[in-house]
Amino acid sequence: MYAALWHALPGPWWVRVLILVVLIVAVLYGLFVFGFPWISQLVNPQEVTVE
Amino acid sequence: MDEATIESADETRTPTRRRITVTGVLGDLLLTAGVITLLYVGWQLWIGDLIYGAQRNATGQELSEEWEQEYAAPAPSEAASDPVPSDAPSPEAPVAVEPVVLPEPADAEVFGIMHIPRFGADYQVPMAGGVSRPRTLDPIGIGHYPGTMMPGEVGNFAVAAHRTTYGKPFNRIAELHINDAIIVETADGWYAYRFRTLEYVTPDEVQVLLPVPQVEDAPPGSRYITLTSCSPMFAMTERIVAYGVFESFTPRAAGAPAALTDGVAA
Repeated sequence: MYAALWHALPGPWWVRVLILVVLIVAVLYGLFVFGFPWISQLVNPQEVTVE
Repeated sequence: MDEATIESADETRTPTRRRITVTGVLGDLLLTAGVITLLYVGWQLWIGDLIYGAQRNATGQELSEEWEQEYAAPAPSEAASDPVPSDAPSPEAPVAVEPVVLPEPADAEVFGIMHIPRFGADYQVPMAGGVSRPRTLDPIGIGHYPGTMMPGEVGNFAVAAHRTTYGKPFNRIAELHINDAIIVETADGWYAYRFRTLEYVTPDEVQVLLPVPQVEDAPPGSRYITLTSCSPMFAMTERIVAYGVFESFTPRAAGAPAALTDGVAA
């Protein structure tokens, strides 16, 4: 899968690395800002109040 | 010789042209899942708190500056000369200025900022009405228990916040020392409380929210603050409760109180 992605990318190796870095940063941003906060509500129930 | 070189070059190139196989993709997916799981743990324990914590402090700072500017614009003595009279004057510690008592905020309505110098000089977490996780505690920070008193009011001003994750406003609640300042800043001024004691209770002990904490039918006379959070960390079997007593109200006209920088060096 990743090998195929590597071959699908255009340009010399350093251009591919650059594109991958941008992709990885974008994915990490999406996870940290949207993905993980959402998951956290589902898998990590925490109660801080008395009721 | 030439022949051989060409052939070996061909050989080294062939593996890179491998077909995509089911097991290959499955392996890649499993590796990805593992990496994402580790990333999630890292986010939950450190990165998320850094992001949220910085957001909280930035929002608090902005709000504080906004209030300061709003105040500077209109007539300067308004807050000081027009305090809402409290119906039961406190019999003990002399309260220099009668505190302004705000109306109870609506759900998720930000009304104040909490400063706790023990938690750092830049600690300024927004406070809003309600203690629901999706509306107040997760997105804003500290939540005010509906039905409990407001800052400076005779009785118990009770709030809750996360001890881990979501910027963990009350992460270091167990590190409070006796007499540490807990300051609530609103548009009207600063309400200073002093930390007194910690208590660990079961989650159903709502008596900690009583006007006099843990005392049923007690005549209210003093002003308390109650902070609740989860205990132990990352669990929900118990609650940690911190109590404080009211010290003074500093109207905005008088400027920020000295208690704000209390023990920051310590």
